[in-house]
Formats: sequence, structure tokens, C-alpha cells
Amino acid sequence: MKINELIDSPSELTDTAASKSAVVLMTRIRLARNLAAQPFPGWAREAQKKEIRDQCMQAVAALPQMKRGLAIPVESLDELQKQILVERHLISRELCHAKSGSGIVISKDQSCVVMVNEEDHLRIQVLRAGFQFKKVWNTINALDSDLEEHLDFAFSPNLGYLSACPTNLGTGIRASAMMHLPALVISSQMEKVVRAVNQLGMAVRGLFGEGSDASGSIFQISNQTTLGESEEEIIKHLHGVLNTIIEQELNAREKLIETDPNKLFDKIGRAFGILQNGHLLNSGEAMNLLSLIRLGIDFGVFADTQRAVVDRLFIECQPGHVQHAAKGSFDPNQRDVLRASRLRSEFAKLPPPDFTSAAK
Amino acid sequence: MANSLKCDLCSKPATVHLTQIVNSKIHKVDLCEACAQAKGVTDPSGFSLADLLLKASLNPEPAGDAKCSACGFTQQDFKKTGRFGCPECYSHFSRLLDPMLDSMHKGSAHTGKIPQKAVTRRSLYERLTQLETELDQAIKAERYEDAARYRDEITQVRQAAGRKEEAGK
Ligand SMILES: [Zn+2]
Ligand SMILES: [Zn+2]
Repeated sequence: MKINELIDSPSELTDTAASKSAVVLMTRIRLARNLAAQPFPGWAREAQKKEIRDQCMQAVAALPQMKRGLAIPVESLDELQKQILVERHLISRELCHAKSGSGIVISKDQSCVVMVNEEDHLRIQVLRAGFQFKKVWNTINALDSDLEEHLDFAFSPNLGYLSACPTNLGTGIRASAMMHLPALVISSQMEKVVRAVNQLGMAVRGLFGEGSDASGSIFQISNQTTLGESEEEIIKHLHGVLNTIIEQELNAREKLIETDPNKLFDKIGRAFGILQNGHLLNSGEAMNLLSLIRLGIDFGVFADTQRAVVDRLFIECQPGHVQHAAKGSFDPNQRDVLRASRLRSEFAKLPPPDFTSAAK
Repeated sequence: MANSLKCDLCSKPATVHLTQIVNSKIHKVDLCEACAQAKGVTDPSGFSLADLLLKASLNPEPAGDAKCSACGFTQQDFKKTGRFGCPECYSHFSRLLDPMLDSMHKGSAHTGKIPQKAVTRRSLYERLTQLETELDQAIKAERYEDAARYRDEITQVRQAAGRKEEAGK
């Protein structure tokens, strides 16, 4: 598979037949792995790094799960291609900055990715749309075990899998869920949630946009500690925390519609108006408007089938995707025009909101 | 006098104080305005406390000259980057590491998945190298009975390792 072919083919996140989960957009697990007796990528010499990359990429690409996928050195991707992969959550920003000696292997359906020579020799990652930790863990566990047949991982009976950074020691697992939490944001409860989640030893971060801003009320919640608990325990623990947050979000939604439905419907109605008629939308604003439409769908203001469309647009409104769709390189202002035009045509197709069905 | 804490990263007066509770143990980070800003702490949603705790806990001991014998990485390098040079560094710098693990993780011992095949394969190879050395020595010392025994065992281990390899294909 070639990179452009991959970019143009449906991905796990942009082609979810029906996104059923009201709160969890995506589940993802990654495992940090390193080869025994080899310097970590940040310390390896150029030649060593290339050697390690070739060995890892070869082993990964040979896995049955990766057949007919894409295996490519990072330096042979252009900036736009890298950005698109970041926007699809397939690779990290750090990997984009890797000068040379790094690589990626992506499965055909874009649900499995292995980053080679990012911070660690291998960062194995599996993602799925919706709330599916069990499925994701089974997939990544099998992938890791298959890989282990061909590569000697750095492992200590005491410290577990050895990684470049001690914060990843042990299981090397980072499990995370991307959550849509508009009601908690509207009712100013997010700070409280962030604090509570932090106290439980988990991390919260805003997802889209430049690293940390919480555009679109989308947050990523993940485990922080990796040593002293098994993978299953870590996932179970995170799962419990996520369920609590889901419950809180749903409660906040109920409260919003009970106490001041007009305030809520006004937000949703205006968002719809701007999406249908706006001519300049930056990605942050588009994200926030789409977030309100998604909330509207959950309230029954729009048809359920629209959720998959909105979830796809969350990704496709990012700067890289906008430029790719328009086949060119554009400055931010031109991108805002293109983005608005894309959204206008999507939302022209949508029947008007039906607020009566929401105010039960 | 007001309690004037120093920034864990640069020793200027600290104005931002963070607390994280892991496994009912409390861990604190104190930061100055500039460092808090640089680490994204002012944005409640976007920073990694674990990484901060790691950097903050690197202060105490003066950096020694010790180098990892496998990769040449020094304690100074670790202080600079918060990352190690190679897997061997973990045994070389265990004195530096042990107190940090406590603030970073739920425990200090791995209880998760074990790369069973890789571990078995490695121990087979280690055994093989050991047997080969012993065989050499036995031959040199003209202990032929021992040598024959080592040779048999080498054949056995080779077969076991070979089977492992084939199973992986
Ligand atoms: Zn400071
Ligand atoms: Zn080392």
C-alpha cells in the first residue's frame, strides 16, 4: 500500500458505519517496547538507529495483521502526509519531528500502527471507534505476542519492559479513551473532573488543536502509572473511571435540559445556523460547533445516523485534511474558507433540527 | 516569614503547587511561574504530571561521573533529558531510579505480562554461550569426558532453541 492510497481509503475513525457511543469517541491502547541490548532511539547513533529501524520494520511488516498495509520511513513522508496521520491519531507529533531513522507500519484498516524509533524502538498502537477496551486489548496483546517471536524485547523480571523513560516502565501500557464531554464543559464542571481524575493517578488532556486546548469538548483520559499493576488491572481501573465520567456527563446533560432547555437549544440551533451558512471557520470553531451538533444528536434533535458524519467531520476539518481534500497548500485564512465551504455543503443535506423530540 | 518554597525545576521561588495522589501516597511539585507556563500547567487539561514528578525528583543527589558501561550514558545525561540511554542503564543507575519509582508508579515491581518466548529464547542462548566456554576449557584441560558431556548438552540446547525459532515462523 502507498501512503496516498492509505490516506484516501476509509479508516477506522472516518468510516465507522454507525458510531453508537454517545460519549466515548475512540478507544486506544499503546505498548512501549524496546530491543534488548540496543541503545534507545534518543541515544543511538545514526547508523545504529537505521539498523534497528530496518530490523523492527521488517518484523512488524511481516505480521499477518499488517499484511497489505503501509510500511514507510518517516523521512519519506512530506509534511502534509505526516500531519494527516497525526490528525487521524495514527502517529505522534514527536515522530513527525524525528530527523531520520524512524519509521511507521500501518495496517490496511488503519486500526493498528507501530511507530519505530519514536521515543522507544517500538510503540505498538491499536485504536477503535467507540468504547471497546476489551477488543482493543485482545488485538494489541496478540500483536505484541506475535512480535515477540521475532524480536528480543528488553525485559527485566523486576521492572518489566524497559523503556527510554522510566514513566513507561513495567507494562509500558498507555490506555486511553477520547471522550466527548460537552455538558460537563457547558456546566463548568470540567475542572473538577480533571482534578478528580488526576488524583486517581490518571491524566486528562484536551485533544484536537495544538496539543492541549480542549476544542470541541473532546478530552483524552489515560492511565499514568505503568508499574505495579497488570495490564488488565490498569485497563479495569481506567474503565471504572471512564464509566464514572460517562455517568457524570449524562447527568449533566439531563440537568441542562431540565433546568434551561432554551439555553441549550439556542446553542445547538445557532451552531446549525453557522455550519449551514458560515464562510470562515477555523478548526477550533468548527470543532466546537460540531460538538454542539453531536450533543444535539444525542438529545434526538438530529437523526442518530448523523453521528457517524459528525465524527468523520471532526477529523476531516483538521488543517491537514482540509488541504488534502482541496489538493493544495493553503494559508490558514484560505483553509478557513475551504473548511466552511465543506461544512456548508455537508449541512445543507441535513434536515432542520427538531427540538420538539428532545424536550420530552 | 512566608513559607517560600523553591521551584523544583529551576530553584526560583515557587508559586504553583501541584499535588497528585497515587496509590494513596501524596506527591507534590512546586513550580515557579515561568516553569509552570512552560510545562503547560496553567492549562488544567494538558500536561503530564508524571513527567513533571520525574524531573522534579531528579534534584537531590549530586550527579556522579558514573557511566553506563554498555552505552556510555551518564547521570548528567539523565538529569538533562529524563530518559535513559539503553536497557542496561536501568541496572547501572538503579540507585537513582529506585526513589523515583515510588512517586511515579503504583508499585516498584512488575506484575504484568512477561514476554515468555523471548525470555526463554534468551536464557537458552545464554546457556549455550556458557556451555561453549566450558567445552573450550574442558578441551584445553584435556578433560575429554566432560567435553563430551558439554557437547551433548549443546546439541540438546541447540535443538530446543531451533524448535522455538521454527514455532515462531
Ligand atoms: Zn522554575
Ligand atoms: Zn546504558
